[in-house]
Amino acid sequence: MSEQPRGKLKIFMGYAAGVGKTYKMLEEAQDLKARGVDVVVGYFESHGRQDTIAKAEGLELVPRKKIIYRDATFEEMDTEAILARHPQVAAIDEFPHTNIPGSDRLKRWEDVLVLLSDGIEVLTTMNIQHLESLNDQVWHITGVRVRETIPDWVVQRADEVVMIDLTPRALLHRLERGVVYSREKAARAMENFFRESTLVALRELALRQAAHEVEHRAVWGDAPPETDGSGANGKRIHKILVHVTADPRTAMLIRRAKRLSDFLDADCFAVAVQASGDLNTPPESEREALNRHLNFARNIHIETLVLEGEDAATTLVDFARRNEITQIFLVRPPDRRRFALLSRNLVQKIVALAKDMQIVIVSERDRPVAQ
Amino acid sequence: MSSELRRKTPEELLREIQAEEPAPKLGYLKIFLGYASGVGKSYRMLDEARRRKERGQDVVIGALQDKAAPEVESLARRLEVVAFLRIDGGTAVDVNAILRRHPTVCFIDGLAYNNPPGSRHPTRWEDVQELLNARIKVVTSINIQYISELREQVEQLTGKQVQATVPASFVKTADEIEIVDAPPQESIAHTQEEEMDIDKRRRQLSKLRELALVLAADVVDFQLQQYLEQHGIRQPLGTHERLLVCITPRTNVREMLDTARGIAARFHADLIAAYVNQPEISGSDKAALEERLDLARAVGARIEILGGTDPASAIMEFAKSHGITQLFIGHSQRSGIGPRLWGNPVDRLIQEARGMDIRIFPQ
Repeated sequence: MSEQPRGKLKIFMGYAAGVGKTYKMLEEAQDLKARGVDVVVGYFESHGRQDTIAKAEGLELVPRKKIIYRDATFEEMDTEAILARHPQVAAIDEFPHTNIPGSDRLKRWEDVLVLLSDGIEVLTTMNIQHLESLNDQVWHITGVRVRETIPDWVVQRADEVVMIDLTPRALLHRLERGVVYSREKAARAMENFFRESTLVALRELALRQAAHEVEHRAVWGDAPPETDGSGANGKRIHKILVHVTADPRTAMLIRRAKRLSDFLDADCFAVAVQASGDLNTPPESEREALNRHLNFARNIHIETLVLEGEDAATTLVDFARRNEITQIFLVRPPDRRRFALLSRNLVQKIVALAKDMQIVIVSERDRPVAQ
Repeated sequence: MSSELRRKTPEELLREIQAEEPAPKLGYLKIFLGYASGVGKSYRMLDEARRRKERGQDVVIGALQDKAAPEVESLARRLEVVAFLRIDGGTAVDVNAILRRHPTVCFIDGLAYNNPPGSRHPTRWEDVQELLNARIKVVTSINIQYISELREQVEQLTGKQVQATVPASFVKTADEIEIVDAPPQESIAHTQEEEMDIDKRRRQLSKLRELALVLAADVVDFQLQQYLEQHGIRQPLGTHERLLVCITPRTNVREMLDTARGIAARFHADLIAAYVNQPEISGSDKAALEERLDLARAVGARIEILGGTDPASAIMEFAKSHGITQLFIGHSQRSGIGPRLWGNPVDRLIQEARGMDIRIFPQ
C-alpha cells in the first residue's frame, strides 16, 4: 500500500466520566496548535461541560457525518473527511465508541487505525473499563457488563498511554456541583456507577494498567524481556493453550489467558476438540457457542484451532506436547451443574496426563456482597 | 449470588472496632505525586488552591519552590503566601505563623526537604504532620524519587544521591493521593543533564514513572481495603493480583518461584509463600523446607507459616481471607486417574478454589 509512516497514537486513559480526559486532550491539541502543528478535532463530545467547550475554542473542527438509521439521523465522525483534510494530528474523543449501523466501520477504534495507517497522528480518550481483558474484573467491581470494549492489542499499539487522574472524592464533588452531568442524571449516576468504592477500585485498575503500559513500552520497546517468560534455564518462552468449550465461562477463560500471555510475552492458542475435527457435528446450541468463543479469541488476536479427537483430554495434551506448550488454561469445573462431574473428570484427567506442564484452572469471581 | 460465610480474623475485628471508634479527627492530607520535576505538580496544586479560594475557602500557601514556572508564579501571585522562615541562610516553612493564621487549607509545594539545623523539626514532612495535628488541611506535592523506601532503587537508577526523603508510611496516611502523569517530554528529558544520553534518561524516567504509578495504586488499594472492611465486604475486588505459592519440604520450587517472580514483576503483584506447619517433621525435611523458604525469600516472597491439621483447608482459609487471586501448587506426588482421587489435596483445592485461579506445577 502506501509508504506513509504510521501515525503515532496517544491515549488519555481515565477511570470514569468526568476525570478530565477530553479536557486534557484538547489542552494538548491547543499546545500543539500554538507550536504551529496542523491539528484538527476529529470528534469531540462536550457533554455540555463549559470548561471543555472553552478548551475546544479556536480549534478546527471537522464536521460530523450524518447517517440515517431507522428514520432517525445520527452523527458520527467523518473519517473520510479527516483523511481528505489530512492534518498532522487529529484529536478524537471516545475511542471505544460503537458506530451506528450503516457506518463504514463498526468501531471508532477501527476508524482511528485507518487514520494512523494514513500517517495521521491521533490523540484519543478512553476509560479503563473498556479494555477487553479487564471485562470480567470490571463486571466484578461494578456489576456492569461493558459491551463496548477495545481489544488489548489496539491499546498496545499506542505509543503513549497517559493516566488522567482525579481522586474519587474530587470527582464526586464535581458530580454534585453538576459539572459532569446534569443534576438529575448525576443523582442516578452516583447511585450506580459512581459509588465511591467502585470508583476507588476502577481507579486502582487504571493506575496498575498505566504502570504496566509504561513498563511494557520501556522494557520491551527496545529489548526482549530479560527474566520473565523464561523458565529455569533462562531461555524457555511460555506458550499458553486455552481449551475452548461451549461453557459460558469460556470468554472469561480466554480473556484471562490472553492477559497473562500478554503480560508474560507468551504465545497463546485457543483450541477446541471435536471427534470430527470440525464444528459440523455438535448440536446447534453447542456449535453456536463454540463458534462464538473461537471468533472472540480470533478478534483479540489469538490463533485458533479445532482438533480432531474422541477424547478431549488426550487430544489436548498430545497437541500441547507436540507444540511445546508450557501452560494449559482450563475453566474450573462448575459447582452444582448437570455437567459438573464430566467437567471435573476432564480437569482431573488433564492434570494427571500433563504432569510436565503448568495447568491453570481459572475460576469465575463472585460479586461481593455486604454482610 | 453466593458469598463465603467466614469468621472474621482477630485483625479484621480489631480494625473494625478501630474504624467505629471516632478516631481523633486530624487535618486532611492530600498529596500530588509525580515522577520528575516538570510534569506539572506545582501547577495542578496551585490551580486547586485557586479553585478552592474562588469557592470561598480560606487558603494560604506555606511553601513554594525556588524556581517556579511562569504560569505557577502567576497563580501564586493571586494567593496569600506565608513567607519562609530564614535560619542560618537556609529556609523552612514558618509553622508558627501558619498555626497562628490557622487557614482551612495550607498548600505546601515540595514535601521532601530537610530543614536547616535549629529548625522546629528536622524535615518538612514533620512540619506538615504538626499542621495536620492542628487540624489544618494540607495539600502538598512530592516526587517519587524522595520516598525513603525507594531511595536505594532510585540512587541505583539515577546514580545520584538522594538528600531528603519522606517515609512511604506517611504518604500512605494521605486521605487523597493524585498522580500527575505525563509521558517524558523533551523538556523534562533536557532539564537536568544535558550530557546524558537521551535514551538512558528516557529509560530512567520511564522507570520512575512506573514506580510512581505503582505507589499511587498501592495507596489506593490500601484505601479500598479499609473501605471494604468498614462495610463488611470481605470478598476482594481483584484489583491487585496476589500470588500464594504453597511450599512443602518436597516441593520442586524452582519453576514455581521463577514463574511467580515473573508474574509478580509484570503485574506488580503481592507475592506470598506459605507453608503449613507439620509437627512431626524430620530433620532432613526441616532442612529441605528451610532451603525452599530461602529461595522464596530470594525472589521477594513474604513467608507465612500457617497452622492447622489439614493443609488444604489451612491454605484455602488463608487464601480466601487474604484476597489471593492466584494459588500456586505442585502436582500431587501420587499418580493415577479417576474420581477415586478426588480426595487428594490438589483435587480438593481445585474444588474449593472458587474466586481464584489455581496453577499446578510439574514436580
